[in-house]
Parts: sequence; C-alpha cells; structure tokens
Amino acid sequence: MTDPAPPPAIALSRVSKTFGGVRALDDVAFEVRQGEVHCLAGENGCGKSTLIKIITGVYTPEPGAEIRYFGERMEAVTPEAARRAGIAVIWQDLALFPEMSVAENIAFETLLGPRPRLVRHARLRSVAEAALAELGVRLDLDARLRTLPIAERQIVAIARALTHEARVLFMDEPTSSLTQAETDRLLAIVRRLASRGVAVVFVSHRLAEGLDVAERVTVLRDGRLVGVHPTAGMTQSRLTELMTGKTFDAAVTARDLPGAPVVLEVRGLTRPGEFEDVSLTVRAGEVVGLTGLIGAGRTELCHALFGMTRPAAGSIRLLGREVRFRSNRDAVAAGIAYVPEDRLSLGLIQPQSIADNTVITVLPRISGPSGLISPALKDRLVAHWIAELAIKIGTPADAVSTLSGGNQQRVVLAKWLATEPKLLILDSPTVGVDVGARAGIFRIVRGLADRGLAILMVSDEVPEVYFNADRVLHMAGGRIVREYDPRAIALPVLEEAVYG
Amino acid sequence: MARLLRENPTEAWLVVVLVVMSAGLAVASPSFLTLVNLTSLLNNSAVNVIWAVGLLVVLVAGGIDISFAVAASVVQYLIAVTFGASGGDWLTGFALAVAFGAGLGFINAGLIHHFRIISIVVTIATFNVFFGLLMYFTAGRGIYALPAWWTDRILIFERQAADGTWAELTLPVAVMAGCVLATWLLLARTTTGRQLYAFGDNPEAARRLGISPARMQFLAFGWCGAMAGIAGLMQVNVAREVVPNALYGRELFVLAAVVLGGARLGGGRGTVLGCVLGVMLVAVAQNGLNLLGVSPYAFRMVVGAIILVAISTSGISLARRRRMAA
Repeated sequence: MTDPAPPPAIALSRVSKTFGGVRALDDVAFEVRQGEVHCLAGENGCGKSTLIKIITGVYTPEPGAEIRYFGERMEAVTPEAARRAGIAVIWQDLALFPEMSVAENIAFETLLGPRPRLVRHARLRSVAEAALAELGVRLDLDARLRTLPIAERQIVAIARALTHEARVLFMDEPTSSLTQAETDRLLAIVRRLASRGVAVVFVSHRLAEGLDVAERVTVLRDGRLVGVHPTAGMTQSRLTELMTGKTFDAAVTARDLPGAPVVLEVRGLTRPGEFEDVSLTVRAGEVVGLTGLIGAGRTELCHALFGMTRPAAGSIRLLGREVRFRSNRDAVAAGIAYVPEDRLSLGLIQPQSIADNTVITVLPRISGPSGLISPALKDRLVAHWIAELAIKIGTPADAVSTLSGGNQQRVVLAKWLATEPKLLILDSPTVGVDVGARAGIFRIVRGLADRGLAILMVSDEVPEVYFNADRVLHMAGGRIVREYDPRAIALPVLEEAVYG
Repeated sequence: MARLLRENPTEAWLVVVLVVMSAGLAVASPSFLTLVNLTSLLNNSAVNVIWAVGLLVVLVAGGIDISFAVAASVVQYLIAVTFGASGGDWLTGFALAVAFGAGLGFINAGLIHHFRIISIVVTIATFNVFFGLLMYFTAGRGIYALPAWWTDRILIFERQAADGTWAELTLPVAVMAGCVLATWLLLARTTTGRQLYAFGDNPEAARRLGISPARMQFLAFGWCGAMAGIAGLMQVNVAREVVPNALYGRELFVLAAVVLGGARLGGGRGTVLGCVLGVMLVAVAQNGLNLLGVSPYAFRMVVGAIILVAISTSGISLARRRRMAA
C-alpha cells in the first residue's frame, strides 16, 4: 500500500449479546475513525448501551466477535484494557463527586491506587489544570463540585476523561439538561477535541445536535445495525425513520376553531424579572404552542398560571371568570392541570406503583364515606385511564420506575387528566422521550384536544409546536413577541425566528 | 482566611457558637474559665472525641454505626478476661484494643458488604447482639480486679492553681490527640482518605473508577471499631472498672455531636475539626450547666435543644446562601 490510512480507533464486527433470551445485539458492526465525531443513534432499548458496555469491557460479547482498538486485535476486553486503549465514557449521570473539589474530581486518577499515599496536591492541581487547558476552559479548581452548574460539571467530567489520556470519548446524552448556549459551548469543545485527534462518539436523543456535530452516524434498531451514514445530507426526519423503522407524516395539524369558547384568557400578566405583559388565550379544543429559548420565561409563566407563584400585575380569566390563585391547590380545583418539565423528579413518585401515582391527584374523590380510600373506586379509575391512554404496563401495582420514558409520561398525563381539568399545561412533554414514543404522545395530546380540552404546550423544540399546535406563540426575554399560524409559515423560517 | 470560612461554614459557625457560649459562661460562672475546669473538661471529653473521630470515618464513607459504644464495652471485657487481675501492659493492651475493636468493626463491614444490608440496620442488630452477649456472659456484673497499669492514673501535665487545687491532664487526653491526628491524616491527607470521601459521596461512580467497595467498608468500620476499642481502653483508665452497661446509650450522644460537627448522614462530607468542635460544644454546654447548678436531668434536654438549634440555624444560612447564588 502506498498510502496507509491510520487504523480506525474502534473497529467491531460480528458482535452479539443475549440477556436471558433477549437478543440485545445481533451481529452488529461498529467503526469509529481516529479524530472523528461519530453519532450513535437509536431508540431506548436498541442496544446502544449494551454496545458501549461491550466496548468498555463491562460486558463480554458472544464468541465470534472481533474487536480491534487502533488496529490491535483484542482477545478479551476488560475495563482496564479499554481504559489503557484510551477509551472513556462520560455517562449521563457524569459519575462525579459533588462534595469534592473540582481539582480532585478532574485529577481523581492521582488519588487512586490500593496503597495509602499522601495526597500530592501540587501534582493534583497541575494534572487538573492541564486537562482544563486542553479544553480551553477555566474553572475554580478549589470550588466544591456541587456549587457548579450542570454544564460546568459536564466539562469537569470531560476533563477527567482526558486525564486518562482518552483517545475515544463516548458521551451519553450530554446535552439533555443544557441550555442552548451551554450546548453550543459543549459542541465547540467536542470539535476542539476532534481537531486534536480525540474521537468523540455522541449518543443523544436530540438528533439536531448529533447531525450538527458528527461526521457520520451509526443507526441501531432492535439490536441490529441499520446502517452507517454520512451526516451530510441527512435530515432529522430521515434519521427518525431509520431509528424507528416507521415513517412519520410530519404534517402541520393546525386547525381553526371558530366559535369555540375561550377557556383561558390572560391579560398583561407580569412578574418582574420573569415575564412582562403577557397576554394570550386558549380555546376549548385548541392546542396552543409556546416556544422560545431556555430562559425566555416559559416555565415561570406556567408556574404563575398554575398558582405556584403570584403575578405582580395582570389578570387570568378561566371560562370568563377572573381567578386569583393562592396556591396550586386552588388552580387544580379551578380546573387547571400542569405536567412539569422535569417529569422524572417532579411529576412522578418513582418507587410507588402506577396505580398510586395515577390517583394521587384525586384521593378525596376515590374515598368512601368513611374517609378511607375505596379500592374498588381506585381500581376503576386507574383501569379507565390506563385504557384511555394506552399505557403499556405489567400490572397497575408495578413501580412507575419500571416503565419506559414514554409510558411514564402517559402516567403523568393520566394523573392530571383524572382531575378532569379544563386546561392542560404541558411543559416540554418530550424531554427524555424517544422519538418513536413522541409521536404517540402528540397523538394523545391531539385526541384530548378533540374532546374539548384546552391545551397550552410548552417546548423549546420548534418543530414540536410547529407540527402539533394550532397556534404558536414565540416567547423571548419574558415577553410574547409574536404569534404564528403554522399553516402560514415554513418551519425553517419559524426556527430562524426562534433560534436565530 | 475568607476562603477557609467559605469552604468550611460549619466549622466557622461552631467556633463562633463555642466562643460566644464560653464567654457567656465565663461571665456567669467564675470557675468556668479556670485551668482546673478546662483540663477536667478535656479529660472528660477524651473518650467521646476518640469515638467521634472513629464514627466520622464511617459517616464520611456513607455509613452509620450504632454499635460502637457497646463494642467498646465488649473490648473492655475481652481485655479484662485476657489479662486477669495482673497481666499485660500498655503495649499489648493497645494492640488488643485495636485488634478486638477492628474485629468487631469487620463484623459490621462484612454483614453490610456481603448481604447488601444498609449499615443502620446491620449496626442496630449488632448493637443488640454485642450487648446481649456481653450481659449474658457477665450476668450484668462488673469486673473490678484489673491490672494496676490499666487503672493507674498517668498524668501528662499538672499545675497547682492559686487556691491549691490541681489542674491535670491525663493519659486519655494524649491518646485522644493521637487518634485525632491519625484520623485527620487518614481523611485529609492520604489518597485512601480521599477515596473514602469519594465512596461516601457517590459509591457507584467510585466503583466505576476502580475503588473497591469492600475495601472501603472494611476500612471505615475497621477504623471506627479500632477507635471504639481504644476509647474503651481509655474509659477503663478513667473509671477503673469494667461495667458491662456503662457505655450503653452513649452512641446517640456521640452521633448527634458528630452530625452537629458537619458530617453528613449519607456520606461524603465531614471534617475532623468539625467533629472535634461538635463534641466540645456539647461538652462545654454540659459543663456550663453543671457549673450553673442546673439539675443533671436537664442536661439531656438542653443538649438536645442545642443540637437542634445549631443544626437548624446552620441549615438556614446554607439554604439562604444557595438561594442567593441561584
């Protein structure tokens, strides 16, 4: 050969893995070139995590697999061998130590080893400084990690991986809790690493970012390799089709609702520092999309509408009657339901059963004359909503934590729909939900609207509101800057207006 | 200095409370700020402090131990039985105290690690088992015929005050200083100590980085047990008897003082300085009440109230700072 290309950083072929009869990976091949940014895409359960765990030596593949790191054939991959080959993973939970200093978190390697030694502080700091310098970032080395915002913790996690001389860095859902600006900063760091020869494998639900930063994308579905594609020319909808194996008719669903009664009417609502002079209406049967960048005041507005904070000025009318909520209990009683953004921590009590989570909002209604909860009433209510929302469960007694993201979201919806609300506020309903399951959620939302529920849907993903709302409100800097009819504007124009 | 305060708000807060309380007591009772009283305060606190730094290591590693005080009694009994009325010496006494104490700690660690039971459940169980066995074998009777080296007072400092009374520091204070220093070295200065913090802070992350959970559990509970054994040995030097139920009940007092000192139930946080300050704060409060002639029955009530006030006010200031930062 005249021009020997460098061997790929990772080259796997014929990788299979079975867990208790379930084929998690079936004859998968995977390749990452040196210094490449690669996107690994697929729905939950497609085998992404299993693949990463095989690459890092946590799981052993079935016989017949061939694994090469930087051209070197690996007989058996152990976590230690993977680390020595320069493969590092930044898990979604970051695996950091909140009570320890930034320097200790980054240079934790210098603290390892079975034998007690004195901590060498100078070396600890110089290792941490070098890693941060490599990323082009400055952080206070002595600050406790827990005082840092999540975006900076992520940088600490990346810096720590660099101290292990990482040459391939897997990042599992790195942007799921970052704002747009923080995401941009992270993507810049990823590009910088790649330009220095570190391959980065990006695992993200947010397809836009993966397509933006990566050169190639590997798609897995149901444990099989669907294909490896260059990201140039790849669209989000095409990628979604590859991941799910279904085609989604991304069509604008907006309609006119002449004569539908106004359910929510907000006039001049103001809460200084959060939102200013907000006016909006939501009619019965209407889905109103509220979009804008993170920090635009969307969630703060939701909190005020739901009675969790008190507006300083302006009025809220519900079905024509002016309301003033002293707490969210008042809002619930008046017929407002709110599904919060952070469904996992705020929306559900994870270890409790699906049934208990569903009825928690309506405990008085399912209580008998004695004041004790009637099991019969409870079972009937739970069965009704499980059927209504087509929630896939084992039994209602199972813990919510056993459900997939999409089904958890449905349980949250069930819990609030059980209160028979007139207005449903959905804050970022698809955060952390698979693309395939998202379509199901929007179908439910549309179905609820068709039955006359007024819905205010908040999302920072413009396409979501564009395709699923009847009207789109754009919020920026605490104000509603403009209203759009999705039928009268092209998606790229709207995206430009919001993200621009 | 400002940084020191910012990074260690609990310790700074405890120093402030301790100073204010001491100043108040100095005014209220002329005998508080005398060398005689302060040295006796240290003598009486030595055993608690030794226990406290041992317990701190367990708390830092994310565990809790209820059994250490009765473990100290068990160690006393085992040493007394081994030596009889005249055998042994200080060197073997220390060696046995550490060995028996660490052994009892290893029992806790083994149960926690191998059966994956949370430490509070395990140590409540071993607390009952240790105490039950001890009462069974002693039939509740104390041992008073002990080797002379063990019960003889050893003074490391003495000075006569103007009124003729003697201010003295005894051996347990020196041993306490050694235990405090050793624990500080372990936690603050060695890689193993930092691993203990990491393990208590985020066990899963620590495991992924190659820290062995078993090693951490055995080290933490072994250290706590060894300190408990040493505390038991010293307590005999003070009390000159081995009474099986003498230490029963002291564990919650020490636990409260350590938590008051800033150690977090749940792991990853706590310093030796804070721990010592926590114990001393409670000791000064008790001493002050004593000097003021308050009924001993009020001790526990007042001590409980101090701990509640101290913990809740420091919690408030932390919460406020967090809100301001956000």
